[in-house]
Amino acid sequence: MNDVFQLSVIAGILTSAIRLATPYLYAAIGETFSQRSGVVNLGVDGIMLIGAYASFYIVLITGNIWLGLLAAIIAGLLMGLLMSLISVTLKAEQGISGIGLYMFGLGLSSLLFKTTIGTVKTVTGFQSVKIPLLGDIPVVGKIFFDHSLLVYGAFLLIPLAWWVLEKTTWGLQIKSVGQNPAAADSLGVNVDRMRYTSVCIGAILAGIAGASLSISLLNLFQENLTAGQGFIAVALVYFGNWKPQGILWGALLFSTVNAFQLWMQVLGVKIPSDIAIMLPYVLTIAALAVATNRVRQPAALNKPFERGES
Amino acid sequence: MFKRLIVVLVFVAILVTACTSPTATEAPTAAPVKTFRIAVIMPSAITDMAFSQSMWNALVAVQTEMGGETALELKYSEGMFKVPDAAAAIRDYASQGFDIVIAHGSQYGSSVQEIAPDFPDVTFAWGTDVNTFGMPNVYAYTAAAEEGGYVNGVLAAMLTKSKTIGVTGPVEVGDAKTYIDGFVQGVESVDATINVSKTWTGSFSDVALMTEAAKTHIAAGADILTGSSQSVVGSIGAAKENGSVLWFGTQQDQASLAPDLVVASQVYDWTGMIKEIIAKHLAGTLGGETYILQLKNGGLKIAFNPGYALPAEVKAAGEKAIEDITAGTIVVNP
Amino acid sequence: MLPVKEGKAVRSSHRLRWASPFFNALLPLAGMLLALLIGAVMLLILKVNPLTAYGEMVAGALGSVSGITQTLVKATPLLLVGLGICIAFRASVINIGGEGQIIVGAIAATWFALTFRTWPGWLLVPSTLLVGFASGALWGFIPGILKARLRVNEILTTVMMNAIALQLMNLLIRSVLMDPAGITSGTYLAQSERLPEQAWLTRLIPQTLLNTGTLIAVGLAVVVYIFLWRTTIGYRIRAVGLNPDAARFSGINVPFNQALSLTLAGGFAGIAGAIEVMGVQHRLLEGITSGYGFSGIVAALFGGLHPIGTIPAAILFGGLLVGGDKMQRAVQVPNSLIDAILGLVVLFVVGSSLWSQRWAARRQMDAIKHQEEQA
Repeated sequence: MNDVFQLSVIAGILTSAIRLATPYLYAAIGETFSQRSGVVNLGVDGIMLIGAYASFYIVLITGNIWLGLLAAIIAGLLMGLLMSLISVTLKAEQGISGIGLYMFGLGLSSLLFKTTIGTVKTVTGFQSVKIPLLGDIPVVGKIFFDHSLLVYGAFLLIPLAWWVLEKTTWGLQIKSVGQNPAAADSLGVNVDRMRYTSVCIGAILAGIAGASLSISLLNLFQENLTAGQGFIAVALVYFGNWKPQGILWGALLFSTVNAFQLWMQVLGVKIPSDIAIMLPYVLTIAALAVATNRVRQPAALNKPFERGES
Repeated sequence: MFKRLIVVLVFVAILVTACTSPTATEAPTAAPVKTFRIAVIMPSAITDMAFSQSMWNALVAVQTEMGGETALELKYSEGMFKVPDAAAAIRDYASQGFDIVIAHGSQYGSSVQEIAPDFPDVTFAWGTDVNTFGMPNVYAYTAAAEEGGYVNGVLAAMLTKSKTIGVTGPVEVGDAKTYIDGFVQGVESVDATINVSKTWTGSFSDVALMTEAAKTHIAAGADILTGSSQSVVGSIGAAKENGSVLWFGTQQDQASLAPDLVVASQVYDWTGMIKEIIAKHLAGTLGGETYILQLKNGGLKIAFNPGYALPAEVKAAGEKAIEDITAGTIVVNP
Repeated sequence: MLPVKEGKAVRSSHRLRWASPFFNALLPLAGMLLALLIGAVMLLILKVNPLTAYGEMVAGALGSVSGITQTLVKATPLLLVGLGICIAFRASVINIGGEGQIIVGAIAATWFALTFRTWPGWLLVPSTLLVGFASGALWGFIPGILKARLRVNEILTTVMMNAIALQLMNLLIRSVLMDPAGITSGTYLAQSERLPEQAWLTRLIPQTLLNTGTLIAVGLAVVVYIFLWRTTIGYRIRAVGLNPDAARFSGINVPFNQALSLTLAGGFAGIAGAIEVMGVQHRLLEGITSGYGFSGIVAALFGGLHPIGTIPAAILFGGLLVGGDKMQRAVQVPNSLIDAILGLVVLFVVGSSLWSQRWAARRQMDAIKHQEEQA
C-alpha cells in the first residue's frame, strides 16, 4: 500500500486521468451548448459512435488524420441536424428523440463498420506531441505536456467555451434562448435558429469526442466503442452545473477515480474489481449530494418553443 | 362419333403418359447428397478476434474442406448476448430442421437445457461447459485454456526483462479466468519472483477501459502483456503505441493486430471437434459426450508468430512445456 | 352568419379537435412507415430484398405460436417499465434508470427465492414479486430523494445508478450468488443457481416461454390506470406534471410527489426484473435487462403515456424486436441494421406531430387558465 503514494504512481494516475477525461470533455461541453439553449440531447453516445467510425474509416483509407477529424465533424453535424429537425422544428419530446438518435447512431455505426471494414484493425492516429520546454519539466512535464493534439484541444476547449458563453453576444443569446425564449424572441433573436446552432455545435463536439477515441486514444474502432460514455458525458453537464469549469472538475474527478482504481488493481491492492469499477459512479453521486447550491438549469430546458404562446 | 372416341383415346393416352413420365425420366444416377446444415449462435461478433471468431473460422474451414456451401450450409446469429433472444434463435433454427445447432456461449446453457428435449432429432452442441444435462442429443465442449495459458506463461517469464508482466482481463469468469490462472502458473514455474499483476475491467466489450488498463500496466513497468476477450484489441493497441511491449494472445491468432509484438497466441481450433460431431451425428449418436480442447488432442494450438524473432532456447522451453502437458507430466490446475 | 366572436371559438375548438385519438394514432404509424422505408433502402444497399425481409419480420413476430409468445414475453418487461415511465413522466420526471432498477429487482428476487426456497409456491411467488418491487423502488427512491431534498437532477443520478447496479450484479453473481454447480464443475459461469421450482411463474403454453408474468403485467396496467385517474395521489402526480406552479399553489408538495413517482417507476421496473428471473430465465444471469430499461421508455411513448395504451404499444415494440431478430436469421443481415431501423422508428414516431399536438394542447390549457386567472 506504500507504493500507492509513490510519485511515479501518482504521476501515472494523473496522466491516465487526463487521457481518459478527453472524450468526456468534448462531449459534455458540446452538450452544455445544446442544453444552455434549451435542448436536451441524450443521443450523444450515438453521435460519438458515428464520429468515431467516420474518422476511423477515413484515416484507414487515406492515412490522413486531419481528414479523419474533418469526417468526424461532418458526421457530427449531420446527426446534429437530424436531432434539431426532430426536436426543434418538429418539437418532439427531447428525451425520447435523444434515445432514438442513440439507437440509430449505435446501429448505423455498427452496420457501417460491419459492411465496410469487417474486422478490428488499428490505425496510426494522432500521436503524442510534447510541448517544448514545458514538456521537459520533470514529472509535471510528462503528466500535462506530453499528449496528443486532441487531448490538448479538449482542455483548451474549457476556457474557450467559457469565454464564448460569458463574454460574447452570441453566448448571451444562446443562454437567453434557454432561459426565456419568449423574451428572446421578442428581442429579435431567432429562437429556432439559435437552438439549431447549439445542438449542431454539441453534435460536432460529440463527433470529435468519438474521433478522440478512434483516432487518438485507442486508434481502433469496434462496435459500441463508447460503451455508454456519452451518457456519462450528459450526466457530467448536470454535475458541472451547465458551466465549463464545473464540467472540467466533474470529468477530472470521474476519470481520476477510474484511473485510480485501475492502478490499484495493477499494484495488487486487494479490492474486488467490481467494487473498484463502481467507485467513479458512487463518488460522483456522493460529490453531488455533498455539494450545495445545485440546479441552475436553463429554465426552458426540454421545452419546445412555440411563438405566440406563453 | 368415331372422331370423338379417337380424341378421347388420345386424351387418355396423353394423360397416361403424363402420369407415368416421372418414373420414366428418373435417371438411374445417385440421389443428390443432402446438404448438412449447421447453425451457430454467438454472443459477440464473428469478427471479434476472439471467442466467437474462433468458432466461426473453424466452421468455415470445415465447410471448405467438405466442399463448400452445397455440402455444408452455415447460418449464424451473432451478437446474441441477450439470452432470451439467443433462446429464440436456438429454438428457431432447431425447428427449421438444422442438423446441428451450436450454442456458442456458456450463458446459453439453461436455454439448451429447456429446448433440447423438444427436438430429439437435432444435435445441440453447447460450450464452453462440460454439462450435457444427461440428454442424448446434447454435446458439451470447452477449452482447457489454462494449458495454453501455462505455455504462454513459460515463454513470457523467459522473455521479460523488467520482471513485471501485466494481465488485462475482462471479467473473472470462465475461460478468461482459467487462461489467466494457467498463465500465472506457467510464469511461476520459471521464476517465482516475477511480478504478475492483473486487472479486470468488468466488461468483455469496453475497449477504452481495457486500453487504459494496458497503459497503466505499461506505466507501472510491465514489458509483457496478456489477456483475453474481444476487448483485448485495446491492450494490443496500447502495446503497439509503446512500441516494445510484447503480447501473448488466446482464443485466436492475434498476430495480425501487431505483427512485430505478438509473440504467440493460444488458438482454439474447433475443426477437429466439429468434424467429429458431424460424423457422430450422421452415424446416429446425437449427443451425450463432452469435448475438451487440449494441447493433447490438437484442439489447442500455440501459434508462434513468425514475425517475431523468438530466441531458440525460449521456443524450446515453450515446446517442452507443450510436450509435458500433452504427456501429463505437468498438470495445470484451472 | 356567425358573429366574429363565435367564429373564433369555432376555430379554436376545431384546433383542439385535431387532437382526436384517431388522428393521434395515425401520425406515429406514418412515422414508423417512413423509418421502415429508409430501412428498405438500407436493405437494398445490402442486396437484400426488403419485401422478403419485412415479410420475414412480420411472419416471425406473428406467424407462429412461437413468434406470438415470444412477442408477448418481450412485451411484458416493456409494459412494466413503460408503466413506471407513465407515472414518472406524468410528474415531469424522466426515469432513465430502468436498467438499474430491473437489475436490482432481479437480484433481490433471486436472492429471496433462493434463501426461502422451502416456502410453498403460493407464498413464495407473491413475496418474491414484492421483494422485486421493493428493491426497484429503492433504486428509484435514491435519485428521487436526491432530487426532492437536494435538487440533484435525476438524469444524472439515474445514469450513475444504472452503472452501479450493473457492477453490483456482476460482483454478486460471481461471488455470493454464483451457481454452486458452476463452482464444483470448475466452469465458474456468471450466473446464479437455478431458482426453486416453487418460485417459477407458471408457463402458459408448453414449449414456449409465455408465463403468468404477462398476465400480471396487464393486471398492473389496469391498477396503474386506476391509480392515476381515480385516486388522490394519482391526481396530484398528474397535476405536478401538467403545471407544477399551479400544483404548488394548490398546496401539493411537488418534490415529494416527484420523488414518489420516481420510486414507483423504479418499483415497476423492479417487478420486470423479478418476472424475467422467475418466469423466463429461472435464474439470474448477465444481460438479464436486454436493454428493456430504455426500450420501455419508447413503449410508453408509443402508448401515449397512458397505462392502457402502453399495452398494445409494448406488444407492437416487442413484435418489432422479435421480428427483427427473425429477419436477421432469415436473410442474414447484421443485427445492427435492425437497431438502426428501430432508432429511426423512434425518431420519426416521436417527431410526428402527436407531440406538438400534446404540447399545443397543454399550452392552450395554460393559456385558458391564465385567462381565467386574469378575469
